[in-house]
Parts: sequence; structure tokens; C-alpha cells
Amino acid sequence: MNIVFHLNGEERSIETPPDKRVVDLLREEFGLTGTKESCGAGDCGACTILVDGESRLSCLMLAIQLQGRSITTIEGLERKDSIHPLQKAFAEHGAVQCGFCIPGMILASVDLLKRNPSPTRKEIRVGLAGNLCRCTGYQKIVDAVRHAAETPCRKECK
Amino acid sequence: MRRVYLPTTLDEVWSIMDREPNAVVYAGGTDLLVRLHRGLITVDGLICIERLAQIQGVKEEHDEIFIGAGTTHAELLENNVIREHLSVLVQALETLASPPIRHMGTIGGNIVNASPAGDTLPPLYVLGASLEIQSREKTRTVRIDQFISGPGQVLMTDKELLTGIRIPKPKGFGIHHFEKIGRRKSQACAIASMAALMSVSPDGMVEDIRPAWGSVGPTVVTCAEAENILRGTRLRPEILEKAASVVKKTVSPIDDIRAGADYRRVVAGNLLLRLIRYHSDGT
Repeated sequence: MNIVFHLNGEERSIETPPDKRVVDLLREEFGLTGTKESCGAGDCGACTILVDGESRLSCLMLAIQLQGRSITTIEGLERKDSIHPLQKAFAEHGAVQCGFCIPGMILASVDLLKRNPSPTRKEIRVGLAGNLCRCTGYQKIVDAVRHAAETPCRKECK
Repeated sequence: MRRVYLPTTLDEVWSIMDREPNAVVYAGGTDLLVRLHRGLITVDGLICIERLAQIQGVKEEHDEIFIGAGTTHAELLENNVIREHLSVLVQALETLASPPIRHMGTIGGNIVNASPAGDTLPPLYVLGASLEIQSREKTRTVRIDQFISGPGQVLMTDKELLTGIRIPKPKGFGIHHFEKIGRRKSQACAIASMAALMSVSPDGMVEDIRPAWGSVGPTVVTCAEAENILRGTRLRPEILEKAASVVKKTVSPIDDIRAGADYRRVVAGNLLLRLIRYHSDGT
């Protein structure tokens, strides 16, 4: 079937089986491999995307559910000449080791900061509770989100 | 390729159900799509009801709160009516899965899945929730404890849809309590949980108490005998111990990957002991 939706700010139209998982569609049809699959069951958060600005799991959505929605993947956070303040904060705080969980972690952080622009460390842990990281021990991730929250934000990260 | 439908009205749902009698309904997909992807179930048609605005949202109606079955857990957590009147449900929702799952999963899905570990179920039992079940022809109302008949089992036909949950505003229950024991704080299936509504008089007497346990039986477990022991007494350790020993005999847990039956039995009783925190000697 034909699905029309906004992907990282651009209107896209694609012919796809309606039951194709969104994570597979993004990776295979659009080449957006920043969206990762790990558990395939909603436990790990690696496949997190933003659907109309809200964090959801692309391994538990079917293509038809994209119809008319606005989707942001990790690739959509980059701007022409800059990266998103959260991406910068993750890099600067050593919050990235193997990196597999980071796209999901950052998109979940975008959602968290939209709801709560100045979260405490505890609130960050609760807000990122759906995203597993096996490398960092989370401390530096929490540092990075805290730092990004404290940094005056330009329009695009709101 | 499976056929997938995305209806936006109930009328469309009834037409699809007529055309596709074997199609399976899902809302958030956080349970069904996992089972589908793992090959645990096969379906040839799916009806995604996430766009059914008619069954979303919360309405305050005099002494009752009506929750559309398609309301997500996150929407409930952010709703002021729910926060004001149904603290026991809010506490349970806060322990349910994780933020992205709460953005997707719905309260109706949690009920229809009828998992013994469904986090919203013990609160809905103690709140005396009833369910609105619709078909093209009629709407019927049934109490939640008469709707869930076993693990994953509910009394509903393929032509029916759970559309709403009616909850009487709890009156006189000053204490809303929920606790869940799991392997970790988020993303954990309950090993055992307990929801309770309780009213304690100014001088410390238990006027009324309604506890219910999750994950320690095929469906939510209640225990009238324990309630009777506690009602009309003061919350003292000996009384709670006595009631807890009855609870341990009443529950019927199983061994599974998360915990053994014996452990669950002990924990179910011990969850009741926590109510000592509401002890008051009237001073």
C-alpha cells in the first residue's frame, strides 16, 4: 500500500506492505540505519524514534501506522552545519562507547527535555528507563543530558 | 502479506470485523506485535485501533470517571482527573514498562491482554471498574472481575471491542497504595504486586480496606478473609501478620522465569505488612 508521511521534515511517499515493521522500513527502504534493532520486543529502546515528537519503538509499529505522521530519526536531528545540542553533549561527555544504544538514548532524551526542560539526575534516569546501555554504566549519559539541559537551547532543540 | 486496517471510526471497525472475521485487534501493539514477530501467533489480518478518537480520553461524569479504552498509559499519567481521584492507578502506571511503551500501550490493551502481571489490573479491581464492551448491535457493561477469566482469557466475542472503562470515584478511601516487586524498577514484569484502598478513622481504626494482588494467581486475587481480619481493627504488626498468613494461603502463584511460587507466596503476604506505614494511634 502507499504510505505518505513526513520523515525528518520531508514529505515522503512509499509503496510498502502495510505489515512491514517500521524499523525495517526505515533501515531497508530509506537507508536510515541510525535506528537500531536489538531486542525486537520493546525492552531495550535501541529502535526509538519520535512520532509526532513523542518517543515510540519502531520495532513495535507497522508501516501503516506511519500514515500521516511526522517521524524523526537520529539522522533528522542533524542540521546542515551543526549537530543537535544533545548529540554534542553526548560526544563531549564521553557518553558514547560502542554507540549502539545512543540514537535511541538521544531521541528519548529529546522527548524527555521537551516534557521536562530541566530534569534532575533522578528524573533523567526515570525518563531514560526504557533505553538500555551495556557499556557506559549510564553516569556519563546522565551527565550529558544534564549538561544539554543546562545549555541555552536554540530553536531546533525545542 | 497480512492485511492491516487503520480505521478511524467504530462503524469502520464493525465493517472490517464483518469482512475479516479472523482479524486481530491491536492498539499500542506492545504485546501483540512481539508475539507476532516471534512467530508465537499467526494472523492474516490486523486491525490497528490507534486512530479511533471515539475511544480515547478521560471524562469526569458526576460520581464516575470514564476512560476511553484507547487512552495510552502516558495520557492517563498526565491527566488531572486521574491524578486527583485515582492515585492507586497512577502509582501503578508509574511502574509500568518504560516511557516509550507508555506512549504506545493503552489501558484497554492491558485489560484485554489479561496478563496475571498486568500492572493496571489490581488497581482496577480495587476501584471496582466496569467495562463497556461494544459491538455493532449493542453495548454491554461488565465488571472487570467477571470479564477476565484466566491468563490471557477474557469473555468477549470476535465481534466485540472493549471501548471504555467506568470507575466510580472512590469515596472515603484516604489511602491509595500500590507496590510492585520486580527484578528491576522499570521494564520489569511484576513478580508480585498489591494495590489497596483503605480508609482509616482519625483514631486509627481501619474502617474499610480493599486489597488486590497481581502475578500470584491466574487472575487478580482478592481475599475477603484478610479484609475481614483488618476491618474494624487498628493497624498493628500482629494483625497484619495474621491477615498476611491468610493471604499466603489464598494466592496460587506459579514458578516461572522471574520467580518461584514459594517466593511469590511469601512476597504477596509481606506486601500487606507494608500497610503498617499508615498506622496511626490517633495522636
